[in-house]
Amino acid sequence: MAAYILKREGLGMQKALKKYFALFALPGLICFAIAFFIPMIMGLILSFCKFTDVTNATWIGLENYKYVFLNGEFTNALWFTVKFTIVSVVSINIIAFSLAILLTRNVPGTNVYRTIFFMPNLIGGIVLGWIWQIILNGFLLKYQVTLVTDPKYGFWGLVILMNWQNVGYMMIIYIAGLINIPKELIEAAEIDGANRRDTLFHVTIPSIMPSITICSFLTLTNGFKLFDQNLALTNGGPGKTTEMLALNIFNTFYGRVGFEGVGQAKAVVFTIIVAILALTQLHFTRKKEVEA
Amino acid sequence: MSTVGRKKSTTIIISIILIALTIVFLAPIFVVLYNSFKLKFFINDRPFALPFKTEMYAGWMNYDTGINKIHFFKAFGYSLFITVFSVIAISVVTSMLAWYLTRVKSKFTSITFSLLMFSMIVPFQMVMFTMSKTANILHLDNPIGIIILYVGFGCGLATFLFSGFIKSVPIALEEAAMIDGATPVSTFFQIVLPMLKPTAITVAILNTMWVWNDYLLPYLTIGNDYKTIPVAIQYLRGGYGSVDMGAMMAMLVLAMIPVIIFYLICQKFIISGVVAGAVKG
Repeated sequence: MAAYILKREGLGMQKALKKYFALFALPGLICFAIAFFIPMIMGLILSFCKFTDVTNATWIGLENYKYVFLNGEFTNALWFTVKFTIVSVVSINIIAFSLAILLTRNVPGTNVYRTIFFMPNLIGGIVLGWIWQIILNGFLLKYQVTLVTDPKYGFWGLVILMNWQNVGYMMIIYIAGLINIPKELIEAAEIDGANRRDTLFHVTIPSIMPSITICSFLTLTNGFKLFDQNLALTNGGPGKTTEMLALNIFNTFYGRVGFEGVGQAKAVVFTIIVAILALTQLHFTRKKEVEA
Repeated sequence: MSTVGRKKSTTIIISIILIALTIVFLAPIFVVLYNSFKLKFFINDRPFALPFKTEMYAGWMNYDTGINKIHFFKAFGYSLFITVFSVIAISVVTSMLAWYLTRVKSKFTSITFSLLMFSMIVPFQMVMFTMSKTANILHLDNPIGIIILYVGFGCGLATFLFSGFIKSVPIALEEAAMIDGATPVSTFFQIVLPMLKPTAITVAILNTMWVWNDYLLPYLTIGNDYKTIPVAIQYLRGGYGSVDMGAMMAMLVLAMIPVIIFYLICQKFIISGVVAGAVKG
């Protein structure tokens, strides 16, 4: 009986709330439709068209997609992005994890260090790109080269910049994970005669697997979608050799007239890649939750 | 060596490593800071030399040039206006939307929710072109119209965070209020919204950082007439790759000052908010 009343009341609230659809839900949904949903559908359709504006499209089927894969530009950018992402995911996570270990050992001033290491994360990508352009060019000056002399300088420049920006952020997530490991677990391992290395690899790292998953995927998607830093640091130069996917798509759209359809097709492929990465992450985090 | 002694020496070694890293982390900012007082010719030539009391010292000249070149204070005003009102709009509009979508159970609400979640995954490049054209047709290409676009792009993550919290609160409280005759409006503002405060802080922090630093959206929609700080800074590059490095250094410093002040004031909220957003998102 009580359950029946509760259920009816819940429905009563739903009914009352539904009358206020226009006030509660509509403003958000209109903004969402204008900014995202309608442009997304239009974009999907336009990727099969030739156009220079949204009003003058003609259907050309898969031509844009053919161009994307036959012209090497996109695959070059994809390859550069993949290399960059792998190197930065590994380096950021190793450095961030090591910092987190150092900062959970009751060293004086821990909070100050945390504050400082995290700070670069708040500075915007454009500003970051220019800061590192001046620093790295300053170092390269000795060798009479600049960031855009050879793609390898731009590549490593981007990796350094990305580390500087993201290490503090990931460190904070690792610290949160490390603090939650029960002390008894580590003590028990030590009593059993485990040395530091054993404790690290057999107790600490397995206990913070959820943090490792989160940080790996965050750095992975951050790396894949990188745009501002790429634009400000090298702008893709020399030539298009350090152009990552997002910047390549931008330049395809706005660099020359007549390639808007190709740009849109590239954007669709890019979206599919990022969506696959995100769904893989979801799969992993869900699995972890079940195990826990 | 005793255990205490060993612990002490480890602490010292770790401290030395951490201090060295602190220098590495802060050095780039200081290099930019003192280069902003250097004559532009010497910035490319001797980037690491201190300018003070030498022939390289430029005084406030770079700041003067930079401020006049990109109308820095105007850009600051646009950035501030757009950020403040977008963040307020996102927090209010999406908390209401999230409450509706969580409490009303229907096919429509669950499809809408999935679409919002999907929008978090989709990279901006997918909608970049069509969105800026749509904004243009609807005359949203001004500092007020862009707020609508930010609400649209921001509502995925914000709705996700808000509804995650709402789901964890028992519905009984809201129902009791409604049975006592409260309208959904007063129930929301008197009961639901006060409970959402911690989540609202997270949402506000994450969106402040995003909107303030965002480059592409303002560049594509309002970049010609209203330059926000990131757009104005990139604009210094000019057409043919010639950059006034002196003005650039000065403007980078001015761009960082508000961020650092904001960080030092709200540090606790920023770190916990960013982590909450990352872990749940």
